[in-house]
Amino acid sequence: MMKMLRDKDRYLSVILISPSILAVLIFIYGFIAWSMRVSLSKWKGLTADYTWNGLNNYINLFSDPRFHVDIRNTLIFTGVFVIGSILLGFFLAVFLDQGLKGEGFFRSLFIFPMAISYIVTGVIWRWLMNPALGSRTSGFNLLFSYLHLDFLKNAWHTTPNWGIAAIALAAIWQMSGYTMALYLAGLRAIPGELREAAQIDGATELQIYRYIMVPLLSPVTLSALIILGHMSLKVFDLIVAIAGKQLPLDVPAIYMWQTTFDGLFYGRGAAIGILLLLSVAVLIIPYIRYTLKTETEQ
Amino acid sequence: MKLNLRLGKNWIYLPLVFMAIFYLIPMYLMVITGFKSFAEVDLKTMWDLPHGIAFDNFLEAFTKLSPSLWNSFMMVIPATLISSALGSLNGFILAKWKFKGADIIFPFILFGMFIPYQSILIPLVQFMSAAGIKGLAGLVLAHVIYGIPITTLTFRNYYASLPQELLEAAKIDGADMLGIYRYILLPISIPSFVVVLIWQFTSAWNDFLFAVILTGNKEWPITVALNNMAGSQIIAWNVQMAGSLLAALPPLLIYIFLGRYFLRGLLAGSLKG
Repeated sequence: MMKMLRDKDRYLSVILISPSILAVLIFIYGFIAWSMRVSLSKWKGLTADYTWNGLNNYINLFSDPRFHVDIRNTLIFTGVFVIGSILLGFFLAVFLDQGLKGEGFFRSLFIFPMAISYIVTGVIWRWLMNPALGSRTSGFNLLFSYLHLDFLKNAWHTTPNWGIAAIALAAIWQMSGYTMALYLAGLRAIPGELREAAQIDGATELQIYRYIMVPLLSPVTLSALIILGHMSLKVFDLIVAIAGKQLPLDVPAIYMWQTTFDGLFYGRGAAIGILLLLSVAVLIIPYIRYTLKTETEQ
Repeated sequence: MKLNLRLGKNWIYLPLVFMAIFYLIPMYLMVITGFKSFAEVDLKTMWDLPHGIAFDNFLEAFTKLSPSLWNSFMMVIPATLISSALGSLNGFILAKWKFKGADIIFPFILFGMFIPYQSILIPLVQFMSAAGIKGLAGLVLAHVIYGIPITTLTFRNYYASLPQELLEAAKIDGADMLGIYRYILLPISIPSFVVVLIWQFTSAWNDFLFAVILTGNKEWPITVALNNMAGSQIIAWNVQMAGSLLAALPPLLIYIFLGRYFLRGLLAGSLKG
């Protein structure tokens, strides 16, 4: 009787979870396979065309000047965004970990931009970073004038070649609180005895952070690097909201969008999508394996 | 010595306050601009406080954006409810009712959380048009399906942290799987439901990519409508600021009142929950 009941439950559990598994199988893995097939086709135009094109879409991309701009912009964005968010997040977490009054208030304040859409952030920042000069000066540039910091005035996202770094500033504003939260959780998990033992041995506060906290936080740093890194590969909304879709600020996600849905080059668009997926997979798959492994060990 | 140490730490307020200003500047600009009267709006005085409180900008923004605000609610509410319910069921089965291969399937579900949606966008559009699923219904479907990984993960981690004895005792009493779920796990899952509901609400509300590809201008949710408003030359920046505040308000209110749960969702999203 007991056994029969168990068997019934076992079947039921499989039946109940299978719609979700099926959905993941089709809408994620099936669609990825479908995209791969499109990326190997000559499809261009409104009607589907699966004529075999080999790796030509990929090969063409690597000699495409626009794609070179995309790779360069992605690298600059990733560098500024990831390093900026990690440094800012780390220092904010360390400051907040000192047991000061008002910690909760500051913590909430630093995280709230995470709750807002990239589109909203973008719409505000496009006015903050208004590059107009002379009598039409506004945004941060105007603020710098007020503060007599005129040397800081700049063309923001319209700076030739490096404009994408200004977009990364807005992204740091939005995401550094998240890195702070990761570090704060990491700091709280470090047993207080370690700090006390080091203090007894005469270590200064700075030494405690340099030689104990930072090494112990390296798994957090690794997670932050991976999560932020994979976000910067996918960046799309923020750029569109700040600057529209202009070539100097192009990234793979925008190129994919325009070439597919505006230009109808489906084959090429799918190839960009797959390249994005591969670059994300290189970061994320080892990360998932590592996380699940440490979970089972615990 | 103790006093000295205390004074020594107070300098930390300096960078904290400085950073607080940095985080608040965009909000400050959004709020003061929103409350200025049309007559007062000028880029040259954009940092000045308004002379009085006027609602011109909000009224104008609301007239333009109210259909899309409504669309957002109509889309986000079902998407959030359905994906949370699915996540709870999946998490329960994956954590407590392991069938053969459950541990193999789980990382494959997780990976779905991180994929760039550009890699499934073309098939998604093709599928929706072939299946005749249009507008908000398609958007709900997309959010439900692509929300499965994160909702499943959050619930699975929570259920896995519960002691197995809780279930064994119920089994001995003759409860079957659904009974255990309904009468034992569900009542203590409320905090996890809050985490997941908030997370799904916020991500569906803030989404732009799926919305812009799956909806036409009658069904635009707020993010798409706001972005188009900002791109237009006709609509003044002050109205855009008021519109931004309207678009930011629902997730911000949730954050203000339920921030603790929001943070837990955030950490779960990096597999650290």
